[in-house]
Amino acid sequence: MSKALEISKLHAWYGESHILHDVNLSVEQGEVVTLLGRNGAGRTTTLRALLGLTGRREGSIKINGVEAINLPTYRIAHLGVGYCPEERAIFSSLSTEENLLLPPMVSKTAKGMSLEDIYAMFPNLAERRNSQGTRLSGGEQQMLAVARILRTGARLLLLDEISEGLAPVIVQALAKMILTLKAQGYTIVMVEQNFRFAAPLADRFYVMEHGQIVEQFAAGELNAKMPVLNELLGV
Amino acid sequence: MEIFGIPTSALLGQLLLGLVNGSFYAMLSLGLAVIFGLLNVINFAHGALYMMGAFLAWMGLQYFGISYWVMLLVAPLLVALFGIVIEKTMLRWLYKLDHLYGLLLTFGITLMLEGVFRSFYGVSGQPYSVPELLSGATDLGFMILPNYRAWVVAASLTVCLMTWFVIEKTRLGAYLRAGTENPKMVEAFGVNVPLMVTLTYGFGVALAGFAGVLAAPVLQVSPLMGSNLIITVFAVVVIGGMGSILGSILTGLGLGIIEGLTRVFYPELSATVVFIVMAIVLLIRPAGLFGREK
Repeated sequence: MSKALEISKLHAWYGESHILHDVNLSVEQGEVVTLLGRNGAGRTTTLRALLGLTGRREGSIKINGVEAINLPTYRIAHLGVGYCPEERAIFSSLSTEENLLLPPMVSKTAKGMSLEDIYAMFPNLAERRNSQGTRLSGGEQQMLAVARILRTGARLLLLDEISEGLAPVIVQALAKMILTLKAQGYTIVMVEQNFRFAAPLADRFYVMEHGQIVEQFAAGELNAKMPVLNELLGV
Repeated sequence: MEIFGIPTSALLGQLLLGLVNGSFYAMLSLGLAVIFGLLNVINFAHGALYMMGAFLAWMGLQYFGISYWVMLLVAPLLVALFGIVIEKTMLRWLYKLDHLYGLLLTFGITLMLEGVFRSFYGVSGQPYSVPELLSGATDLGFMILPNYRAWVVAASLTVCLMTWFVIEKTRLGAYLRAGTENPKMVEAFGVNVPLMVTLTYGFGVALAGFAGVLAAPVLQVSPLMGSNLIITVFAVVVIGGMGSILGSILTGLGLGIIEGLTRVFYPELSATVVFIVMAIVLLIRPAGLFGREK
């Protein structure tokens, strides 16, 4: 069974700026992997490069064994990818429910959660289903941003800073949600600034700096790696 | 019976004419607003494509004996196809650039289209007779209602409202609204946004072509009929703002009526009243009456 994600020798540019340098990372099916690093390290750019949202790219990006580096952005989602961007990108000209229903189904095999199941998992969204998407609170918008991609049948979820700026109670709910998704076999790549949020959730960690991977280790090695992390992240 | 010294029937007649013009303003500004929202292109060619719609109707009748009713469906489709070719071969290179480039390109296309038609048909208009079914007038008691003009208003309003419904109330419209806000994100979800852009341009100009066919029996089918209209339509778009579909429709109709009333009471001002309104609106609400600050 092919890896969920295999990135080899990835370089990416925004215009003339060479942002990613020889990034290599892989994620097995059903794994939760976290990308750590300081602001500007290139973590968000890595996710965006995956989707073809940056400028020029070189190297190889294989999603479920399919080479994606030459595909247009709208084809990449259909490889079973769901993207939750850092800015959440809730559409203000759509209601909550319209936001939820917008992303098309991206998998011929995987079913994705039904609207009823999503409303069961996120009752706040059910209550606000006809409100304008951007009228929701920060926490609700984050829930909406993640819930959107759960409906589509995407099995590889790219989550960018989902705990950012949210109340601890909501962050806890999100952590619980990730563990539930993991138990259901989703593959998750998380970009996280909040180390304490990510640590109990991930199977493996990559650390980025200046657009390169500088460290990688499994969850079991976490304690041993703390000094290194302190230096790299200022944790 | 007289109102302000004008016989009621004359006043109502001018109001109807104002509504007719307003219907054209509404349909054309709707297409312009939709195209500008998603493509970020100021489609100056809108007037020329409206003219093309009228000419296609005339050519259909003149050379092939194809009736008005068939051309009402066929001409917009042909204009849409032409628009899709323009979009795929020329416009799409300009999206990342300043608005001005799209305006310049479509202005150039306008000059080319008008030049071609002018070289074949000259500037004096070709007559196009009102279709049999809609000829004549109905006596409503308080006024005589020319049937064709009533049809123009009814057909335009129906098309505009259908467009509003699709954009605001359907899933397809949700893609358009979301794509206008954040096209890259919609693409990241797996929607073929480039295709949506092409089809949206085709639809926007099809509206212009449809207006052209409606206009053929009312005005003279002339290569310059679009130019005469497009500047006023731009003013209508600026007044209405690009924020809302319903806003574009209401503004178009409203300005047509204001123009019509001005023609009755102070005809010297009728050509400029729309621009006076535009200046006032820009001073008070720069984003337009229904606009959203972008």
